[in-house]
Amino acid sequence: MAIEKLDVENSIIQRKVGQPPGEQADKGLITLPGESARQLPNDLESSYMTTKLDSMVNWARSNSLWPLPFGTACCAIEFMSMVSSHYDISRFGYEVVRFSPRQADLIIVAGTIVDKMGPVLRKIYDQMPEPKYVIAMGACATSGGFYRVYHVMQGIDEIIPVDIWVPGCPPTPEGLMYGILKLKEKIERGEIRR
Amino acid sequence: MSTLTRSSSIPYTGPAPTNRKPYVVADGTAMDSRGAEIIVTLGSPDWIVQEKGQDLPTLLVPRERILEILKQLKEDPALAFTMPLDCFGVDYPGRKREERFDVIYQLYSLSKNERVRLKVRTGAEQSIPSSYPIFKGLDWFEREVFDMFGVKFEGHPQLRRILCHEAFQGHPLRKDYDPAQRWILTEKDVAILTPEVDDEEEDSDHERVTLNLGPSHPATHGTLRIAVTLDGETIVGAETEIGYLHRCFEKMAETHTYQQVIPFTDRLNYMSAIINNVGYCMTVEKLLGIEAPPRAQHIRLMLSEFMRIADHLVCIGTNLVDMGALTNFWYLFQPREEIYGLVEACCGARLLPSYTRIGGLAVDVPENFLEMAQTLVNKLPQYINDVDKLVSRNKIFLDRVTGVGAISAEDAINYGFTGPCLRACGVPFDVRKASPYLGYETYDFDIPIAEGGDTLARYLVRMEEMRQSLRILQQAIDRGLPEGPVIVDDPYIAAPPKEKVYNEMESLIYHFKLIMHGIQPPVGETYFQVEGGNGELGFHIVSDGTKNPYRVRVRPPCFAIYQAFRQMIKGQSIADAVAALGSLNIIAGELDH
Repeated sequence: MAIEKLDVENSIIQRKVGQPPGEQADKGLITLPGESARQLPNDLESSYMTTKLDSMVNWARSNSLWPLPFGTACCAIEFMSMVSSHYDISRFGYEVVRFSPRQADLIIVAGTIVDKMGPVLRKIYDQMPEPKYVIAMGACATSGGFYRVYHVMQGIDEIIPVDIWVPGCPPTPEGLMYGILKLKEKIERGEIRR
Repeated sequence: MSTLTRSSSIPYTGPAPTNRKPYVVADGTAMDSRGAEIIVTLGSPDWIVQEKGQDLPTLLVPRERILEILKQLKEDPALAFTMPLDCFGVDYPGRKREERFDVIYQLYSLSKNERVRLKVRTGAEQSIPSSYPIFKGLDWFEREVFDMFGVKFEGHPQLRRILCHEAFQGHPLRKDYDPAQRWILTEKDVAILTPEVDDEEEDSDHERVTLNLGPSHPATHGTLRIAVTLDGETIVGAETEIGYLHRCFEKMAETHTYQQVIPFTDRLNYMSAIINNVGYCMTVEKLLGIEAPPRAQHIRLMLSEFMRIADHLVCIGTNLVDMGALTNFWYLFQPREEIYGLVEACCGARLLPSYTRIGGLAVDVPENFLEMAQTLVNKLPQYINDVDKLVSRNKIFLDRVTGVGAISAEDAINYGFTGPCLRACGVPFDVRKASPYLGYETYDFDIPIAEGGDTLARYLVRMEEMRQSLRILQQAIDRGLPEGPVIVDDPYIAAPPKEKVYNEMESLIYHFKLIMHGIQPPVGETYFQVEGGNGELGFHIVSDGTKNPYRVRVRPPCFAIYQAFRQMIKGQSIADAVAALGSLNIIAGELDH
């Protein structure tokens, strides 16, 4: 990344300016060196489009997640609110709630995970097929919340990788929806956390 | 076992008491004379000592005699303390080794509507005879005392840890246990449950299978683990394991100030959070000898009833989902959202509002509170009737629930059932009637009961209870909100208003003192109970005069109810077990506290 001094008056801090990798870098469409200069043959006019297979697969994945609600506590009640009539997550295509880890690609850990539950959560995560995504819903799943105590895991990232953390105690259904939509963006970009 | 080791021998160096006034009970003399009467009825043995000046008749019993006293209290018709309510420990490390722990029993007499408290002193090396042969309902409570304090109960059928995990070392509620000391559980340490099976039918041709349900199973709502032994489709033995949501409420309460405990109480029964808030705050208010202003009490009552409705809506909705009736779930969650809308209008939070404060409420309700409440009260019957029409006479539903998970009234009392599950057995016990609080005695409402004690009876009781709650709410709305403040005017309990804190020196000092030194109740202990969504929700608080409670004990109604589950499902099928489990309304946060 290039470092250059910007002309900001009275500032002694050097501002870093990153070089964008290509147009629409935020959508994961990274231009390879020299690619943008390449001219495509204009034989077929606009009757076909080119894309990367990955992008298309990611687009499909991001629009039909099958969540596994690993609900243990209060957050699970708000998860129920999100799937039921008032908030209605099926508007976004994520309503196919599966209780079997083998049929799910997103696990929403809703609620406090205590040490006794740790091995169970790990096992269920291991049983999920790839690619799999994790949302830590609420303060307890994120960091143990205000339970800094002898039997509570201080965040589920002690045992499994997390893609999205949703704050709140409990998060509102809108908050969880926002988290899922953030995950959608992330999947579209092709990111995956291990 | 895990290889981690760490000696937990940190001496207790708590702050010295700052409020040295003793707790004076309002009707202490009446309780003392009642306690003396009970001792006379027991034959006035000289080894029973009465502890005077308590809020309940309190008897100090030597540990080797506890069994005969419990038996006498239960079986003597003049006393008839048939219902075990609670059994818990308190640690006093300053005492002699063999008297370090107080184990406190609380019994209730349904016929006389009175309570008695028994105290037994014991040490870590000594053991108390287990009261399981007399009160089945003390089974799990004794296991919990063993888990938390290391107090041994001789003759207990299954004395092992109940809330903490298998690799846990030490006893967390002892005062010398470091609150943040964790132990890691790995998969190889996880216990394998083997249900007890009556061996009468051992010679049958069928092969028996042991099946593990949960903790992650859609019907167990996340955190309950049940192992069942099946003979074909029939359950011949069941074993339950809890503790998958043990969030250490009682230890957390000891490390926080009285005000800071309020958010933790929300998360006990998160379906009806405000009832928990009210119960805890009223216990502390009883200890402080104060009463919330009439306006605050009125609002507390109204929101408690709304919360009771919300609790029952979720219980019935999820129970029906477990049986395959998904439509009702959508029907019942909609009014619940509207109830939460009202709570949100009052304090800004939906599910876990932490709305009450010690001495009143956090903020006043909005001006149109009564209109909003009236709109809701008008709307709710429609939703309830819709479900009633869909379900109550539905053949499939009736076949699924009639006679399923039944328990007799006698067993239910012996197990310490309270709330809708007890009333479904035909026992009309409701704390709102038995010992009214918040002015429930001035409202006209009925206690619904049903016969049979099965899943259908529990469903019917909950449906009718919602209608009765609506009756109370309508009366409360008609009476209107009393004028006045919503929190007591006492700078040692409630912080002065913000504008005063910013503009007056004295208020600023009071504010500072309250934040830094907290509320300091007088030295003593007290118990107070409210009718929660699932039954009697009680808090027992021991104060040593400092800003932190010395011990907070919550009496969770689910805990007593769920221990009977393994008996209730014997001889039935898995599908029946699922239906019965949903109807008990087991809330893990409260169960595992």
